[in-house]
Amino acid sequence: MGGLLKDIYKSRALYLFISPFYILFLVFSVFPIFYSVFLSTHKWDGIGEMKYVGSANFTYLFTDPTFWHALVNNIILWILGNAPQLICALIVAFLINMAIVRFKGFYRIAYFLPNITAMVAVVIIFQSLFGNEYGLINFLLQKVGLSRIEWFNSPFASRVVIAAMICWRYMGYNAIIYLSGLQRIPKDLYEAAELDGASTVQTFLRITLPMLKPIILFSVMMSTIGGFQIFTEPQVLAGTQSPYPGTDTVVLYMFREGFTYQNYGYAAAVSWVLFIIIGLLSVLNWKVFNKSDD
Amino acid sequence: MGKAILTKKILLHTVLMIGVLVSIFPFYWLVVMSTNQTSAIFAFPPKLTFGGYFMTNFNHVMDNTNFIRALFNTIFIAVLSTTLQLFFNSLTGFTFAKFQFPGSKALFYVMIGTMMIPGQMLLVPQFMIIKELGWVGDYKALIVPGIASAFGIFWIRQYALAIHNELLESARIDGCSKFGQYWRIALPILRPALAFLAITTFMGTWEDYLWPLIVLTDTSKFTLMLALQQLKSVHTADYSMVMTGTLMATLPLIVIFLVVSRQFIAGIMEGAVKS
Repeated sequence: MGGLLKDIYKSRALYLFISPFYILFLVFSVFPIFYSVFLSTHKWDGIGEMKYVGSANFTYLFTDPTFWHALVNNIILWILGNAPQLICALIVAFLINMAIVRFKGFYRIAYFLPNITAMVAVVIIFQSLFGNEYGLINFLLQKVGLSRIEWFNSPFASRVVIAAMICWRYMGYNAIIYLSGLQRIPKDLYEAAELDGASTVQTFLRITLPMLKPIILFSVMMSTIGGFQIFTEPQVLAGTQSPYPGTDTVVLYMFREGFTYQNYGYAAAVSWVLFIIIGLLSVLNWKVFNKSDD
Repeated sequence: MGKAILTKKILLHTVLMIGVLVSIFPFYWLVVMSTNQTSAIFAFPPKLTFGGYFMTNFNHVMDNTNFIRALFNTIFIAVLSTTLQLFFNSLTGFTFAKFQFPGSKALFYVMIGTMMIPGQMLLVPQFMIIKELGWVGDYKALIVPGIASAFGIFWIRQYALAIHNELLESARIDGCSKFGQYWRIALPILRPALAFLAITTFMGTWEDYLWPLIVLTDTSKFTLMLALQQLKSVHTADYSMVMTGTLMATLPLIVIFLVVSRQFIAGIMEGAVKS
């Protein structure tokens, strides 16, 4: 025991070096986690007295149609904003990685560019492209003989616009992530497939996909966490108004309850439910990916 | 055979170029809108070429927002956050990579585990702490909680593992303290890793929206993203002006990205493989 204490004493400078992270972690993560458990069982407006309400916040949450509405929207936005984008990213990465493609550097930069654009800016740009009256997209729709769409008056169309923003901003990022995985697949695997006369599609399905599994799991996990934290898109889109139909999300709901109505206890309860949803979905992702591992 | 490959090549590049157009077009549209008057864009058919109204729109932005102020606020916060993060992350990452001490493994895994906590979940209680500390409306609320990040520490640690122990050993024999070994030996070697971390932190701080929205109260302290959101909410009719503001707020990052794009993308790719 004395030896251990001596070791600790000898390493005191090292503990000092790593301490900032842990101090911040305690103050801004560990304490908030416990505090939010406490808050979630209370009714509090941030100024007056706290009132213990037991599980009332959770009971109310599960019976509030607005919450369910936000949750369903959120799930739809998560799928619309990620599934098409991840598939495209995979194909783009596969194509850029092909030996006969030149200008790889150019493609990487061009595809990555949207990702460095701030979400607030993305929302402003896309809102003008999808304008109800004079948006460019509606102009093009009419040009090809279709009727224009009132993008922000229908829940489904509004969701498509938000999903388009997410797809645009993250497709290139995910393509780069996949590309890094592709470059680690040994070249001789592809050469062997070519010798066996495998087509491009066969190579993609039999070699590329299985080899990329860990990195695909990583990107799906990240999009799940990201998908349930959607906030900026619907919030900036609607400006000072309440969110457009079909675009309310769980974080937006929590933000409104906490920071607009000052129902801090209730908002803490919402964040716990959000945490559990993300946790469950992460486990589910992981399970699905390991099952197909036979 | 040669012909088949050529056809395949043309097909591939066509598909990839369509994707490039989709990626680039919104930027082009942003510039088109910023250089035209709102009426020209909202005409049918809309104007799709550059116009000559950029300066007019620019002056409108200057008249309607405190753009320069927001720009300096953002630069101030981003530079300070980045500098602090570089220092604390590299010191911690280096320590984890090159020293063993009681509990070092466990502490390292705890740190990795914190990356799994979704940030938005702690918004409410974190705000309560900021309120308790009296930091609402103060830049401390933006800077202090983020001066050390699990991702940054992990990133530096992976790089620092490659530093030769003999180098540190000989420095130690020459009487160099542990901090001296970090400052004089590790830091210069870590430069490429630090460069990547600097860019991501700088961009992340620049683009941050939700947390500043919660903790900043005074419009004179607003960052560019908040100023932009405000401009958009108030001036819904003058779209050209809003777009010009958007262009001005995003251009610095686009320029930085284009300058360092190769190294930056290489960093992203390395990061993906490591995690």
